[in-house]
Amino acid sequence: MLERPKRKNPVLRTRLPTLPPAARSRIALGLTAAAAMGRFELQQCKDCGIVQYPPREACQSCLSTKVFWKLQPDGGELLARTVLHHSNDLFFRERLPWRLGLVKLDCGPTVVAHLHEAADRKVRVRAMLDRAGQAVLAALPEQEINMADDRQLREFTCDPKFRKVLITDGKTALGQSLVHAFAKAQADLIWVGHTEPWKVFPGFEELRTIPGVTLLPLDLTDSKNVREMAAEIGAKVDIVVNNAEHHRAYGIANRAGVETARAEMDVNYFGLLRLAQELGPVMRARGADGQSSAVAWVNVLSIYALANFPPHGTFSASKAAAHSLAQCLRAEMRPAGVRVVNVFPGPVDDEWNQLLPPPKVTPAALAGAVVKALQDGVEDVYPGDVAQEWLARWRDNPKALERELSA
Amino acid sequence: MRQDYQGVVVAAPVTVPYVRYSIRAAHWWLARALDSLLKKSNLSKENLDGLSVSSFTLAPDTAIGLTQHLGLSPRWLDHVPFGGASGVVALRRAARAVQAGDAEAVACLAGDTNHVDSFRLTLANFSQFARDAVYPYGAGGPNASFAFLTSYYMDKYGAKREDFGKLCVAQRANALKTDFALFKKPLTLDEYMGARPIAEPLHLFDCVMPCAGADAFLVLTEEKAKSLKVPFARLLGTIERHNAFASDPVQMRAGWALDRNDLYAQAGVGPADMDFVETYDDYPVISLMQLEDLGFCDKGEGPAFVRKHGFTHDGTFPLNTGGGQLSVGQAGAAGGFLGMVEAIRQLTGEAAGRQVADAKLGLVSGFGMINFDRGLGSGAAILAGTA
Repeated sequence: MLERPKRKNPVLRTRLPTLPPAARSRIALGLTAAAAMGRFELQQCKDCGIVQYPPREACQSCLSTKVFWKLQPDGGELLARTVLHHSNDLFFRERLPWRLGLVKLDCGPTVVAHLHEAADRKVRVRAMLDRAGQAVLAALPEQEINMADDRQLREFTCDPKFRKVLITDGKTALGQSLVHAFAKAQADLIWVGHTEPWKVFPGFEELRTIPGVTLLPLDLTDSKNVREMAAEIGAKVDIVVNNAEHHRAYGIANRAGVETARAEMDVNYFGLLRLAQELGPVMRARGADGQSSAVAWVNVLSIYALANFPPHGTFSASKAAAHSLAQCLRAEMRPAGVRVVNVFPGPVDDEWNQLLPPPKVTPAALAGAVVKALQDGVEDVYPGDVAQEWLARWRDNPKALERELSA
Repeated sequence: MRQDYQGVVVAAPVTVPYVRYSIRAAHWWLARALDSLLKKSNLSKENLDGLSVSSFTLAPDTAIGLTQHLGLSPRWLDHVPFGGASGVVALRRAARAVQAGDAEAVACLAGDTNHVDSFRLTLANFSQFARDAVYPYGAGGPNASFAFLTSYYMDKYGAKREDFGKLCVAQRANALKTDFALFKKPLTLDEYMGARPIAEPLHLFDCVMPCAGADAFLVLTEEKAKSLKVPFARLLGTIERHNAFASDPVQMRAGWALDRNDLYAQAGVGPADMDFVETYDDYPVISLMQLEDLGFCDKGEGPAFVRKHGFTHDGTFPLNTGGGQLSVGQAGAAGGFLGMVEAIRQLTGEAAGRQVADAKLGLVSGFGMINFDRGLGSGAAILAGTA
């Protein structure tokens, strides 16, 4: 059982982050692509139907090259287990002893997997991202388990339990839902930004009553303010949730001037950039800082980041810019094992999406999806029916989606 | 029916004494092995027309680069980077070349260096499957793979740690009479049982120790051996198989079980006729699997077989008479040659204090390349003395 960590002794050296082995062949990155979304996919042959692992360039049974990544049933039988007391790799050497299992999957192949301590004969296998951001398989007990408390699994997830969280905007319904969701997930401390500290916004008093919550002034368009915030709490933040956004409707022709678009970019894109420049380096240094290390950076983007939605055209563009920057941030945070989680919701049920028809994702559902993504260890999240449908259309044919959205 | 190996002999077993770490390259070790081999076989470098090379650490070179490196001009050349299967595979292919007249004599060399960080790098880049699906899981290397096999074997067939320990202790006794063995101290069963865990159920003395070293032998026709005036042993039969029983969920058998009838038919002898056996022994469980698959006992009877026999060179079942890799060290691909050179020594009367009395027939088995969850290559050869 995981225990609340003691306060850090500031005199002691902070352990530097190491990563598990990250090299993979290109074909094996199919597993990573699926695991990034929490899906358990293995290669399946289109011609003869067999499922194979490790990943291959051709079907080992019929030699067809039509082998595609398909969702697979996750059941399996644990054939053998071992506990490593020696490793040739620094990351694991620092984390010994380490449990592994050999699992015969119900869908066919035998796999090597990281092993949950409660796993018995029957197991479920999941593809998860490890600290290097690459997919690995983990064998879990058949019954539901508390992932946060398994020492090994905590190395793959970003569970908020006993971690310190910064939520950049507490003024919106989403921001407040996030605070509640993280409090429920047993976050240790939650800092909540608000742009206009002289105003009292609805829900403000309720947030104050939640143990561990601290409100602090934070305006992502103000470089000096962001720097001061980072100087004050940066060395303690384990998880950043950047939900601050500026959102106005309309595209190009039905609005004069660039002021609205600039305001959107200033929060949605430059805001992320300012935040990343101030908090990124210190979080990178704390990637292996004990049980509650710096672990994740969540960007609340938009499904419109994938393809422009002309009725919200400039907003879409700002989210696309933020998405691109988030990929850069992900590359820069990876050496420290800090995961960048991008959330791509469909329209949120708020005032700026008033004219969009349902289904719309509620702030509470979106907040729940953020926490679950961290607990499950995924890095790309598409919460809600609209986001899921857009994602499916986009993966199927991006050009078709462009035409559909402009209809 | 496979063609026999009539007229093919092996000679001039050579070991360049192993060291734990070396600052030399693999080429240095292979050069020393070749030099010793030529001197021992009265053959000049210019007259050597066949070469087979096994190595993990020769990169970026392969066998062909080594010809220029060492000033050789063979008309038959083979590169056999198959780890523990290298010795048998190199022999089998060289034997065919000699039979066909493609070469008069083939020098089979295996050598690897071991820098302080070599082993980790070898593991990290061992194979595509290892890199994608094994190394990221704790980077335990073959320890982890063999831990699974050992654990499964113990559950399924009732083997105890003491059974594996008995083999390790006997091999250490053999190694004490092998001057180039890296392990010089006697090993007791208590020490074996009390060793620290490495990858449960494997403990320290179950695991082979990587080192640098080289081994070599010569494959040639009987007439050529006689003209060179070198002692030799005859090749009676040999088999090679890769990725056998691929659909077994866990490896409890390998290619030997598929081909052993051919092997014994070719040699005209059976398992009971063997005076000694050299198995590939990076972990003791794999020795048991070989004894079962090669018909010395039934599948699953390995533990009972171990309890019944003594395995020192003067025991009821002389096994790994030079100490095996577990007590000599694992010099990379040369680990796959260790049993072969030991068998030739036993059959040509070169085994000194560990000589098996009246050794006339010996079996050498090879096993190599844990690509993902199992060893892919297997092979075996039966050699006969001429005394």
